[in-house]
Formats: sequence, structure tokens, C-alpha cells
Amino acid sequence: MSSEQGHGPSAGEYIQHHLHHLQKNFNFENVEQHSIVDFSLFNFDSMLFSVVLGFLGCLTLWLAARKATSGVPGRFQAAVELMVEMVENQAKGVIHNAQSRKLISPLALTVFVWIFLMNAMDMLPVDFIPAIWHSAGPALGFNDYMRVVPTADLSTTLGLSCSVLLICLFYNIKIKGLGGWAHELIAAPFGDHWAVYPINFLMQMIEYVAKTVSHGMRLFGNMFAGELVFMLIALMGGYMSLSATGIGLTIGHLVAGTVWTLFHILIITLQAFIFMMLTLIYTGQAHDAH
Amino acid sequence: MENILGLVALACGLIVGLGAIGASIGIGLMGGKFLESAARQPELANELQSKMFILAGLIDAAFLIGVAIALLFAFANPFVLK
Repeated sequence: MSSEQGHGPSAGEYIQHHLHHLQKNFNFENVEQHSIVDFSLFNFDSMLFSVVLGFLGCLTLWLAARKATSGVPGRFQAAVELMVEMVENQAKGVIHNAQSRKLISPLALTVFVWIFLMNAMDMLPVDFIPAIWHSAGPALGFNDYMRVVPTADLSTTLGLSCSVLLICLFYNIKIKGLGGWAHELIAAPFGDHWAVYPINFLMQMIEYVAKTVSHGMRLFGNMFAGELVFMLIALMGGYMSLSATGIGLTIGHLVAGTVWTLFHILIITLQAFIFMMLTLIYTGQAHDAH
Repeated sequence: MENILGLVALACGLIVGLGAIGASIGIGLMGGKFLESAARQPELANELQSKMFILAGLIDAAFLIGVAIALLFAFANPFVLK
């Protein structure tokens, strides 16, 4: 919170402060973003948390794989095996090419675990890490901004969905050949006739763009809305000392916080699962010849 | 200025309300069909259930993106000059 003026920030200021990313440019200087799209800076907090969580997820799975026994599995191994099998089964249903599945199933598993971990940062109290950062950050020479949910950042989710697009393009070329894919691009939805080539090409481009943007926006929208609702609930608790009906607000804060956290457990898992499924479905589409 | 604020407040209400109507109708239709088909062919229920969850997430997403945008307008409004 930016409460250097003696009194606390207003509700709007609190939310705006919490929606501000810790931004750095490529010389690692503190900067602020002024336009909607700015490629000269990056969100340091999202980068930090996503890399740390990705490392944690890989480490956990690696530990499970290293300690795996063919005898009676422990609880941890059984849980990981269940998850791996679930992803493998979903991949089998969508991608019928066993050679491609060797790469795509682990990819889908990584995507699932990583996005689940990043979404799960929402489960931490909204002010927990920002409050630590409020005292630690400025002492280290950083700005006093911190957002802990990497998937509530459009840069992260669109980065992920663009990577999926690149993999789709790779498999399009690998399976159909460059010529075959080019032919599909101009002949696919309406048929192989020179008069409809431009319309076909336009349709294909719209399809690729819409797929990629909606893929990223879906995850971002869900996480961003969830984070904002958590902030509103936190505000409700924050206002309890300021009014006569403070007790009511405290109860509301506890009830709403519990209910939304429980509902959010469903949302974070579901969104990670949907992102993984769509990754599989889009790469599966790259394997289908028209 | 007050005019803009009022219109933005109205817009937030419309975004959330209309989005909720659409998402609710969609989820209701899909859930009803799922129960119908599960009653008709109980052996397919598990397979259909995972597909239903995917679709529920897809339907939900459009509404939740709307809620996020409405909340953003309510707290960090880009249309109001500071």
C-alpha cells in the first residue's frame, strides 16, 4: 500500500496499486509503462514467479520420476502417475500420431502443472507477498509494486498461447510438408478453386489469430477477475475499522473470502486443464489433413 | 465528467449482467443436455462429464473476461482523465 501520507489509500488507489506490475527495461532500470503495448520493458514480477514456479514444477516431477519404483508405489508417486496417465489419455484421444505424442504429451503435462502452479499463487492472501515487498522492495532499490499471479498478466498468457501457435505451425509443416500446408492455407474451408483462394487464406488467418488470442485471453480473464475479486474481499476486511457496521464487514469478509477461495480452487484447476486440452486440440488439428 | 462516470457505471452493470445472462443460459442448456444423455446412456457419463467441464470453462471464460473488464472500469478507468 502507498500509505506514506499518514492515512491509508482509498479503495481505488489500493486496487490500482495492486494492479501495477514491477516493471524493468532491458537495462534492468525501473520504468513505468505509459502506452498499452510497450515492447521496451518487461514485467519483472511475472517473470520471476513464473520461472521459479516452472523450476519447482519440473523439480517435483523429476523427483517423482527419479524415485519411481515398479513395486508398490508410494502416495506421491501414485498421485503423479495418476496425473501423467490422465494427460496421456487425453492426448491419445486427440492426437493419433504416436511419434508426435512422444513430444506433445510431456509438453501438455508441463503446461498443465506449470499453469496450475501459477494459478495457485491466487490462493495466497492478496497482501501477503506485496506487504513483504512493501518493506523489502524499496530497500533493495526496486519500485514498491508486486503482483504475484503470473497468469493474471496478459504478457504471460499470450506468450504461452503464442508458443502453442508456433508448435502448431511446426507440426503443420512437419506433417503436411511446406507445400501441403501452403496448399491447405489457400484451399481449406471453401474448396480448391482460384476464385476463392483469397477468401480461404483470409479465413485461415482469422482462425489462427482468433485461436491464439482467445486461448491466452481466456486464462488471463479468469485469473484477472479472480484476483480482482480477492482484492475487493480484502478491501471489505480493510474497511471494518472505519465504520459502525464493521463487524458485519468482518463477517462478510470471512464468508466471502472462504466461498470465493473454495470456488477458485475449481477455477484454477479447470482453467489449467482447459489450457492443456486446447493445446492438445490445436496441435491435433495441425495433424489433420483436409 | 459526472456524465462519463455515470455512463461507465451503467456500462459495467450491462457488461456483467448481459454476460451473466448468456453464460447462465449456456451452462443451463449444456447441463440439462448432459443429464439427459447421461440418463439415456449411463456408460458414457464419465466421458461426457470431462467434455462438459471443458465446455463449462469455455462458456464461463467469456463471462469472466467481461467481469474483469467491468471491474477494471470500476477501479482503474482508462476513460476518465485524471
